[in-house]
Amino acid sequence: MTQAPIRERAVTPDGIGESVGRPDGVPKVKGEFEYSSDLHVDGMLWGATLRSPHPHASIHSIDTSETGTMTGVFAVLTHEDVPGRKVYGMEIPDQPVLAWEKVRYQGEAVALVAADHPETARRALEKIRVDYEVLDPVTDAEAAMAEDAPRLHLSGNVLRRVDVGHGDPGATAEVVVEGEYEVGMQDQAFLGPESGLAIPHGEGGVDLYISTQWLHVDQDQVAESLGLPPEMVRLTLSGVGGAFGGREDLSMQIHACMLALHTSRPVKMVYGREESFYGHVHRHPAKMRYEHGATRDGQLVYVRANLLFDGGAYASSSNAVCLNAATFACGPYDVPNAQIESHMLYTNNPPCGAMRGFGAVQVCFAHEAQMDKLAEKLGMDSVEIRMKNAIEPGMKFPFGQEVPYPAPVREILERVRAMPLPQERESMGRDLRELPGGVSNTTHGEGVRRGVGYAVGFKNIGFSAGFDDYSTARVSLSVEDGKPVARVLTAAAEVGQGLVMVQAQIARTELGVENVVVETADTRIGSAGSTSASRQTYVTGAAVKEACEKVRERVFDLAREEFGESDGLAIEDGNVVSDGLVVAPLAEVLGDAEISETVEFHHRATHPLDENGQGDAHLQFAFAAHRAVVEVDTELGLARVVEVATAQDVGKIINPLALEGQIEGGIAQGLGLALMEEIQIDDGRIQNASFTDYLIPTILDMPPVKIEILELADPEAPYGLKGVGEPPTIASTPAIVAALRDATDRDLARIPVRPEHIVGLEVKP
Amino acid sequence: MKLRLLVNGEPREADIWEGESLLYVLRERMGLFGSKNACEQGECGSCSVYLGGTLVCACLVLAGQAGGSEVVTVEGLSEQGRMHPVQEAFLEAGAVQCGFCTPGLIMATHDLLARNPGPTEAEVREALAGNLCRCTGYEKILAAVQTAAERTGT
Repeated sequence: MTQAPIRERAVTPDGIGESVGRPDGVPKVKGEFEYSSDLHVDGMLWGATLRSPHPHASIHSIDTSETGTMTGVFAVLTHEDVPGRKVYGMEIPDQPVLAWEKVRYQGEAVALVAADHPETARRALEKIRVDYEVLDPVTDAEAAMAEDAPRLHLSGNVLRRVDVGHGDPGATAEVVVEGEYEVGMQDQAFLGPESGLAIPHGEGGVDLYISTQWLHVDQDQVAESLGLPPEMVRLTLSGVGGAFGGREDLSMQIHACMLALHTSRPVKMVYGREESFYGHVHRHPAKMRYEHGATRDGQLVYVRANLLFDGGAYASSSNAVCLNAATFACGPYDVPNAQIESHMLYTNNPPCGAMRGFGAVQVCFAHEAQMDKLAEKLGMDSVEIRMKNAIEPGMKFPFGQEVPYPAPVREILERVRAMPLPQERESMGRDLRELPGGVSNTTHGEGVRRGVGYAVGFKNIGFSAGFDDYSTARVSLSVEDGKPVARVLTAAAEVGQGLVMVQAQIARTELGVENVVVETADTRIGSAGSTSASRQTYVTGAAVKEACEKVRERVFDLAREEFGESDGLAIEDGNVVSDGLVVAPLAEVLGDAEISETVEFHHRATHPLDENGQGDAHLQFAFAAHRAVVEVDTELGLARVVEVATAQDVGKIINPLALEGQIEGGIAQGLGLALMEEIQIDDGRIQNASFTDYLIPTILDMPPVKIEILELADPEAPYGLKGVGEPPTIASTPAIVAALRDATDRDLARIPVRPEHIVGLEVKP
Repeated sequence: MKLRLLVNGEPREADIWEGESLLYVLRERMGLFGSKNACEQGECGSCSVYLGGTLVCACLVLAGQAGGSEVVTVEGLSEQGRMHPVQEAFLEAGAVQCGFCTPGLIMATHDLLARNPGPTEAEVREALAGNLCRCTGYEKILAAVQTAAERTGT
């Protein structure tokens, strides 16, 4: 037994806490990383989808006879060809795989073709004759609530209603502010289009290579509609070009599998950008009426809110969004009396579902506007009023759950306020690129006014309200080419956020080995749950950590068998050590053995809300505060964000560079919602299904971001960490709008703020 | 029709349908999937390649128009498997998340630094304004370009 002193506290290189590079980074920069739209096998066909041109219509007949005879066309399928369940859906299976009898939104899938070239497939779609009887569409949530509104589903038009009642419903206050707020429909606008490749595997089933956020929920739905047992539908994650919630629902999964099984050939489907706007759900548009009551010194007495969400044609995850909005409606404040009604309606607009922030985004825009309004009415500072009412651990949220530690609302507000403001610069004579309107040459500095705004928001991490939320991880340790190598397998979807490196970091830290291989996610292993709700680092991270711990215990068993009883065993720097002294190199302890452990990690149970909207509904809460500085060209209504500063509590930094990337990217999406991003819908029809007309921020729109991170450990979470993906997207939008209000003195109750909302201001000399 | 191109230094030939874009031909006929298709209308820059030395959106070029020309794609930037300094800088700066925009941004950065080896921040922003990224918020991309400029500049 070799005994050599080693350094006092060994830290495995590239473990948690370090800015470890991405294992998929090199192929990504070289253009070699295989996204789902890059998949290619010999003899594959191209699938394409016929979509409804009408937001609401009855289907009398579908005639595919002309298409079937075209050269190069191998299949034409309609609802009659769906082998299993004809509907799908994550929460409520209410969406037809292919429409029959009725279409409920423009862009709904009606028929499929497979052909030897995408152009042949497109032309084949043109030959399909669908006899529609056009019906009046229900085009907003208020219209859907009307007694005489057409019933879009057998269950009626109300998809979900959640009421939260807390304290005295008749509470009165010395100071009252009211407001009506509106949020437009935002798109996830991930760059990699919906795509995948289905290959019949020869035993009656199918292998699907796919971009998704959750392999197993796809597998279950695909198998159900194919009429196959789940194990006959094997899914493998291919490269995912962003997600942000938009890949939680199915898009082309069932369709490609149907075409592949029908033709006995591999079938690839790739949506174009226009089709992508019809092919996934969007962020719910909302109309929100608020009333806040407070004492004269600014203490909140009550909040009353009526929230109305347009769920669009099908359910998607609207149920959960409706609940989330109800529980976050008051903001991270101590509110003694609250009455919240959250309504989710079916309409003939495009279906809405998950997008980063998931119900917390819409209400944050409203409650933060209300806090500013209250501050103004009371003559108080906008940060002071937030600090005065900030919620603290041990208090209760209006939905009855005790606020867990940590909840540093006051501290993050103090931190953003304390960050130095960007220097105010003379606007005249500046580089045009640093003025509102930029190189469009709209102002040379005249009429430019500056504003500063603050906001704070929060979000639940992990799935809520009684959902059994878990992840499965298998970790194996063996010697390969003389070196110990750990292999990690989960079904967790890497969508760009960096989960692959986080898994590797955890394995390095726990097993003290340098070489970690994170295997391609697939359905050979149990579910990892969804890459959403900022939950994967927590839930899959915990599963990987626990699997590593079990593997480590077995390594220690081996070490004791081979080298005798020892105390204080650990693995450090590739050695098994006992009280800091090397027992043996890990490779020697392992020998030919492969140690493998599989763990299913379930987080603490959450509970549904009761009839009063009370309950321990959420697992963890993450908080972020933002300060925005803007400049407005008061003559043309053009705005430029000068800087966003943020403070966020993350519990424990796992990867500093990736964390900053999440924060900066999340703020960019918040900026988009504040200033430019909206799917324009007219009479149920999308008007801007392209990147020419649906604007997302460019590098010219995005300001520098200043970041301060708090690491207050959550005692329940692995390493104390908190989910980080969503909080940056929540309060950044209201902070930017608050800054615009500061610059313009306008109400700005609707986002995105358009030039016409801030144009025509009186120019101050 | 038969199309001949010089792609990443190699003569290539393909049988194509006349309506195909240069991007389609590079990806589906020649197996060069590094150039990405994200918008099909020249808004996102994900398909940026050099055509006869000029940076273009390959989705907007009809393949037939490119006949006989020299094309360089992201796959052509590494030499003998060694990454170009722009590629290395993107990796180190954390400018890659989902990575779908990355090949286009690397091509656009390569082009910018060839024209302007020491760009100011405003010049970088202007030059890359035709490349959409949905993940990073561009901060790390800006840092990557500055690092690459320091390493490749004179």
